[in-house]
Amino acid sequence: MGIIYLLILVSVALAIFFLVAFVWAIKSGQYEDDYTPSIRMLFDDEIKKENGEI
Amino acid sequence: MVYQIINENGLDNYYSIEDKPGIKPAEKNAKFNFLKNEELAGSLLEFQSEQTNNISLFLPQIHCSSCIWLLENLPKLHKGVTYAQVNFVSRNAYVSYNPKDISLYELSVLLDSIGYPPVFEKKKKAEKTINKSLLIKLGVTGFCFGNIMLLSFPEYLGLKDDVSEPVKQFMQVLIFVLSIPIITYTALDYLKSGLKSIRAGAFNIDVPISIGILTLYIKSTYDILALNNASYMDSFAGFIFFLLIGKWFQSKTYSSLSFERDYKSYFPIGVTKLKEGKEEIIGLDEIEIEDEISIKNEEIIPADALLLNDFAQIDYSFVTGESTPVSINKNDKIFAGGKLIGTAINIKVLSSVKQSYLTHLWNQDTFKKQESKYAQISNVLSKRFTIGVIVIAIISAVSWLFIDTTKIIDIVVSVLIVACPCALALAVPFTFGTVMRFYGKRKFYIKNIFVIERLSRITDIVFDKTGTITQTDKDSIEFTGDQLTSIELDCIGSLVKQSSHVLSKSIYHSITINNTLNVSSYKEEIGKGISGLIDGKHTLKIGSSDYLNIESTKEETAVHVSINNEYKGKFIFSNTYKVGIASLIHNLKKDAALHVLSGDNESERENLEELFAQKEQLNFNQQPLDKLTYIKNLQEQGKSVMMVGDGLNDAGALKQSDVGIVVTENTFNFTPSSDGIIEANSLIDLDKIIRSSKKSIVILAICYAFSICYNVVGLCFAVSGNLTPLIAAILMPLSSIFIVVLSTLLVSRSFQKHYPKKDKSSSNKN
Repeated sequence: MGIIYLLILVSVALAIFFLVAFVWAIKSGQYEDDYTPSIRMLFDDEIKKENGEI
Repeated sequence: MVYQIINENGLDNYYSIEDKPGIKPAEKNAKFNFLKNEELAGSLLEFQSEQTNNISLFLPQIHCSSCIWLLENLPKLHKGVTYAQVNFVSRNAYVSYNPKDISLYELSVLLDSIGYPPVFEKKKKAEKTINKSLLIKLGVTGFCFGNIMLLSFPEYLGLKDDVSEPVKQFMQVLIFVLSIPIITYTALDYLKSGLKSIRAGAFNIDVPISIGILTLYIKSTYDILALNNASYMDSFAGFIFFLLIGKWFQSKTYSSLSFERDYKSYFPIGVTKLKEGKEEIIGLDEIEIEDEISIKNEEIIPADALLLNDFAQIDYSFVTGESTPVSINKNDKIFAGGKLIGTAINIKVLSSVKQSYLTHLWNQDTFKKQESKYAQISNVLSKRFTIGVIVIAIISAVSWLFIDTTKIIDIVVSVLIVACPCALALAVPFTFGTVMRFYGKRKFYIKNIFVIERLSRITDIVFDKTGTITQTDKDSIEFTGDQLTSIELDCIGSLVKQSSHVLSKSIYHSITINNTLNVSSYKEEIGKGISGLIDGKHTLKIGSSDYLNIESTKEETAVHVSINNEYKGKFIFSNTYKVGIASLIHNLKKDAALHVLSGDNESERENLEELFAQKEQLNFNQQPLDKLTYIKNLQEQGKSVMMVGDGLNDAGALKQSDVGIVVTENTFNFTPSSDGIIEANSLIDLDKIIRSSKKSIVILAICYAFSICYNVVGLCFAVSGNLTPLIAAILMPLSSIFIVVLSTLLVSRSFQKHYPKKDKSSSNKN
């Protein structure tokens, strides 16, 4: 039965890890703009270079 | 495909910028002159050092994905810019630049030249942090709730006897530890608000909630620590979790819209002061009486002042709603809020910015809307609710006195626990929150959910005329008089083309011209009219009735024409009404009394009488203060007034009214502070908006009825002494989820039925 202590503690620790990750995500402003990054990733590197040469 | 278009657009834009000289001549960008003042510019920065300055710029023109591309490539356009990141949702760009290579002024000019003039406003940051902390609270509570539930599973499954005593004890202690962050951090707001409300002698919904929370928590702590029993902690955590979700759902805000603008948003941040012949840029607050200020074309007059030049044209449409510019002569008074049209002028300030006529109006005390006046339905209910619960608790305590005295405390506690109005507290945020989202999809944005309740009680609707029910800048122009030949039209067109007057421009655009003819000896008498010799043959005079020496008694905006000293007729300017406005008025009349307040003259009276099918309550020549008092009078008669307006001239009335709605062509334009912003095209849905707000009150009542049913069932368990942690854990979340689903479903159904979606593709991205 002793293993149950370890299992519970591991599961709580895991959950705490995700909670910390969530808080970090909020604090770093990831939820403030949920639209722009989806567009930004479409900007191709290649085209940027092409423009850079002009 | 889309990807290709983005890139093509982006490229096209990019080339067009490269063709242009990077920075336009400075005179054209006089509107950014105040940024040359280092102190003012510095106050706008977020971070300042020798090498790097950071600033968050509001660029209302951001509208498509190639805008993001273009702006984020700003470092390639100017080597001084080191970094640029766009937030599309709030129309902001975060820019870092090196102040040695580019100043804020140059940066603004650069942005303006590529089509994104930055708008400078002193912003408040409070709202964002509130939202952030709510999300964190939600996360923490969710974490605690989930884990407590997990640890309570043996209890749910009836495995009590299969778990050994030390393991059980360990789980209970862990549950208790997990509950600590909830009571000390996430639930604290409710307790504080409940306490505050009791101290103020009022009962808001937080009072019964606080009572429930505290009894739940104290009872559970006692069970765990003293008795080592199963506790109600899972119900407790779940309860707080649902409450926070409700709060989050109703806190939906339109981050790119502002409902709380004050007069300062309209005025430039800085002005050019003339001091001993030198120009100096000072902040708005530093303007003193007797200062001489230079105002450039399109700039707004910041304070009441005297004109020092011979002549100026001021567009007062902000202040009075009058769409035609007013001519001002030397030493005449100019009121703050007017916009200069034409060449630069010098003015002498008569009063400070705060004391000027317009700003004075804004700062009137009457505007401090007493929110308590609109006692929310839930507050009235919660008072009765709290009293009812206490009465039930006492009655059950007394009756158990005769059955089993040992159980009295248990019974009272379970009554208080189960009566916790979680479902009641969720009904408002979810019903109104859903309505708010539906409004948003139909381009009607409201400040907060409480506006809906006020909306449903509207008895009178007051319209501003200009820009609200008429099309802005689209006056219809009609010529009455002799039939004009095409040569005569050419003559008129060629002459008015020379003038920069607004009316001349409108005429030029309204007539068909085949040839542009040569104009000689052109003369413009400012404020009166223009004359000239066309093609060397025809002498033309175009202008006011005074200018042509004819008599005119009718109140109308007209421009008269004579050719070779022979009177030909006049162009009459009249308003065009928005499409669909007639049927809107027809529908609205069923629900509310309609009024019109217009800043313009009576020339439109006949048209309006026909449109509204009523002769009374149409008022003309209304000054901003008149509008305000008109609304106040209506309210004193016990009426609930909605004001629909657009400009600064309506600002007072909008604030005074119970629901102030601003109509705007572009939601990112400046709008005076209001309760709601509606896009001009959606105005014709106003009747549906009001009707659906009434529906939502009915839905709210249904939700209340259901949540009270749940409470009655729960109370039956409690009073009979059968409330176990298991039953509480089932009953309480179930009622919450039921209310959430019910309110959301009912609102969606009523919207789909009464307010069919017109345009599915243009979902809004706010």
